[in-house]
Amino acid sequence: MIWMEMDTWIVLVGVTCAIACALPGCFLVLRKMSMMGDAISHAVLPGLALAFLITGSRSSLPMFIGAAVVGLLTAVFTQWVSQFGNVDRGAAMGIVFTILFALGLILIVQSAEKVDLDASCVLLGNIEWTPQDLMNIGPLEIPRALVVLASVMLLNLLVILFFFKELRIAAFDPELATTTGFNAQVMHYLLMIMVAVTTVASFEAVGSIIVIAMLVVPPCCAWMMTDRLGVMLFLSAVFGALSAVLGHMAAIVVPPWFGFDDSASTSGMMATVAGLLFMMVWIFDPRRGLLGKKVGKYILNRSA
Amino acid sequence: MSVPTHPPSVPLAIDDLTVAYNEKPVLWDIDLDIPEGKLVGIVGPNGAGKSTLIKACLDLVPRASGRVMVYGESYKKQRGKVGYVPQRESVDWDFPVSALDVVAMGTYGKIGWCKPVGRKYKKLAMESLDRVGLADFAHRQISQLSGGQQQRVFLARALAQDAQLYFMDEPFAAVDAATERAIVTLLHELKDQGKTCLVVHHDLATVNEYFDWVILLNMRVVKAGPTDEVFTAEYLKSTYGGTLSALSKVGDALKQTKGAIK
Amino acid sequence: MNVDAWMDFEIWDVLFLKNYNTRLVVLSTFFLGISSGLAGSFLLLRKRSLMSDTLSHACLPGIGLMFIVVTLLGGNGKSLPLLLMGATVTGLLGVLLVTAIRNTSRIKDDAAMGIVLSVFFGLGIVMLSLAQTMGGAAAGLESFIYGKTASMVGKDLEYLMWITVVTVILCVALQKEFSLICFDENFARSLAWPVHFLDMLMMGLMVGVTVVGLQAVGLILIVAFMIIPAASARFWTEKYRLMWMLAGAIGGLSGWVGASVSAILPRMPAGAVIVLVSGVVFVFSMFFGASRGVCKIKSRQIHMRRKIGRQHFLRAVYEILDAQQTGGNFTVSIQDLLEKRSWSRKQLQKHISRAKREDHIETVAGNRIQLSEAGYAEAARYTRNHRLWELYLIRFADVATRHVDRDADHVEHVLGPEIVRQLEEELDTTLHGMTPPESPHCIVTEGSI
Repeated sequence: MIWMEMDTWIVLVGVTCAIACALPGCFLVLRKMSMMGDAISHAVLPGLALAFLITGSRSSLPMFIGAAVVGLLTAVFTQWVSQFGNVDRGAAMGIVFTILFALGLILIVQSAEKVDLDASCVLLGNIEWTPQDLMNIGPLEIPRALVVLASVMLLNLLVILFFFKELRIAAFDPELATTTGFNAQVMHYLLMIMVAVTTVASFEAVGSIIVIAMLVVPPCCAWMMTDRLGVMLFLSAVFGALSAVLGHMAAIVVPPWFGFDDSASTSGMMATVAGLLFMMVWIFDPRRGLLGKKVGKYILNRSA
Repeated sequence: MSVPTHPPSVPLAIDDLTVAYNEKPVLWDIDLDIPEGKLVGIVGPNGAGKSTLIKACLDLVPRASGRVMVYGESYKKQRGKVGYVPQRESVDWDFPVSALDVVAMGTYGKIGWCKPVGRKYKKLAMESLDRVGLADFAHRQISQLSGGQQQRVFLARALAQDAQLYFMDEPFAAVDAATERAIVTLLHELKDQGKTCLVVHHDLATVNEYFDWVILLNMRVVKAGPTDEVFTAEYLKSTYGGTLSALSKVGDALKQTKGAIK
Repeated sequence: MNVDAWMDFEIWDVLFLKNYNTRLVVLSTFFLGISSGLAGSFLLLRKRSLMSDTLSHACLPGIGLMFIVVTLLGGNGKSLPLLLMGATVTGLLGVLLVTAIRNTSRIKDDAAMGIVLSVFFGLGIVMLSLAQTMGGAAAGLESFIYGKTASMVGKDLEYLMWITVVTVILCVALQKEFSLICFDENFARSLAWPVHFLDMLMMGLMVGVTVVGLQAVGLILIVAFMIIPAASARFWTEKYRLMWMLAGAIGGLSGWVGASVSAILPRMPAGAVIVLVSGVVFVFSMFFGASRGVCKIKSRQIHMRRKIGRQHFLRAVYEILDAQQTGGNFTVSIQDLLEKRSWSRKQLQKHISRAKREDHIETVAGNRIQLSEAGYAEAARYTRNHRLWELYLIRFADVATRHVDRDADHVEHVLGPEIVRQLEEELDTTLHGMTPPESPHCIVTEGSI
């Protein structure tokens, strides 16, 4: 394996993105709203396209704002459809995000001559190219994506530290939260804003697959292993970082085994590795794993 | 305003409350004044709207008409004085929190936004856990507790809330004998401190023993008042109707009643 | 993406399907709409709509893997049947994994779907990126992600027709089995039905429709095909047969209309337009649906609130009059009314002005109101019915909960004349039922059972 400076940057970008996603992801999973990440990441397409059409440039800020607004709207619309229309929440999510996605596709195709935006670059991203786009921070030259993602990661961390007990009570028992004066609805939208901002920030750099995978898979791994929320947050960050590092390495190492000369998609591989890690925990976790449980019992019986 | 006013000493006053899900009225014209410092049992058949009554008081379900006053003010203003013990099934017990964490949630209202749970409140939570006899289980994850223990954790949380008026939704449902005793002791402690508890209750046989006030509910208030006045054959029949199973339940309950009176 | 090559066609050519390409696309999406509408109904009724999202994403690695394997073996990697077979295998695997994760760990349904979706999709991207390195042939594979309606071929239409025929036949033949499983799986099991087999059949239908429709509209928009028609149909009816038919019809029509619009207007990708058309249908249904639409439910609620208000108001007036023993003189002071119930002055004012509009009030003079003849009769009737109901709830408390959705107005309707007569006798009505009886609050209920 040939490791270059570029690879270090890619892994760093992947790790920050994974951690930024895994933190709010824990609350998504606990609130049984895991698919919201998927929905939001598909639904922001029209926001990106509109920001593009209005400003006519690919500059980050308008696109960021446009996408974040549409991301939040996805959550609001889903809430409306499921509340007023009395539609099952999952179905409501599916309806809202597919309609928004379709709208985005049409906007993009309609303006194909004016703007150079392509649904696939939004969805799949291109983490391999992030080291090309550098910016100066003091004496250092750092990939722009790393700066953006690191700030989002810090932001998420701060929000969770500040609102830890509010997020926890609203996720555990929304009715109690509301009766003690922490409106569960407000906390819901705070979480949705976090997810939308994280999703959007991750797009440009790494595409939405990583976001969807990192929002759900590392928190699930962590939840299988611990009974403490704090530990779960920490472990999910570790699992996220691990999938990013191993994912990039696998993207370089694995293809030659099967006779391919080129490396595979890093973002796809990160999601795949996250899935493999989940499989390991699912099967081998000493207390709850499918096999681990049996082995644990066996050892207990022998020592007894 | 000539609307009947309720003195601040009345913990809970309900006027004209009607609740409807979609178009189906589930509670009709409820009028209640609950005296302070009583253990109040809410009794009635399935579908009588017992839980709905509690939820309507807590603004958790919309009201079609009527008004609820807590110590002479609207519930919104008096939120700090009200504690709520929901049904056990209403939360996900796989949630990664320890028993102590859950109990500490009762103090969140006092701590306020953003501030972490300080040592003082952790101590308070620990004391509450101790009062329900679960101090040794403080750091257990909640899914590792038995059903009765989970119920006691919920009660400890209500204790930590340190409210004046408690709403409890079936705390006695499917609990072991030890828990049942613990809950009763606790209710009496609360009463001795001058607090008022409204408890949704299923088991007619123990009503007499546990509560000093009873609300017989079947979509409307059949009768409410001190247990020995209200918990009688007549009113029970009008609450539960004439089916065989209900009748035998009523009979059993009355036998208990007589035994208790003697 | 979509090329605007169809611009030159006349609208009529499109509408009458004169052109081969248009015919192919319109008919394909029409059939896809019907079959996905039907299959989606089961998902919706079982609250598993997002399973279609997981499934469609899980198809991707199968497609990539099949392409790579077949190409390496020297075959034609783009052979449609083989690719679809690969998609079916990984799709089914994904669905099974969701069930396995949910059943064997503390991970819930939604997270299990999220895991399978994202990991399989990531794996699919890996496969596609590898396939890309194998040369130009892989270029078309991306159409499975975004859909490429314009590049459909005769084979697609053929498959779509077959899957539609199979779906319709199964739905007709197994309607009571499918509906019972959607409603109450355990009961079906207690009947010793092969629930597992039927479940797999339903899932199989879903997989079949998804896989065949994948290339036409892409793996994201196919989700809309599955969910939106069924969810729209739900607003119009409470009967499941009708709902299935409506879902199929809405799906089919959206497909037809959407594909036609996309053929007529330039630069309109067919898949997206179809989803927007069905989206419009959904929004319309959500607001104006005849049985669960927002407007319908809101108007029912307002109607009910008004009715309760009117009944409370008239009863309060009647009870005050009754207490005053002033039968002929119909005036009541507003002060008394305010004390009677927990109305604020403003609310009471609203009740009074509404009663006036309904001709229940003769005059409002100063602080006193006077009921009209009709108003008094109405008030008497409400009070009588209300007391009958109360008595009924006491007498027949065990069965009374069945009638909670009725109100005081329908006492004869619901209870039947026999019971009402019995109740009336009991209430000791002497004056032809017009004068309401004493309130049962103080009636002793001995010997009532």
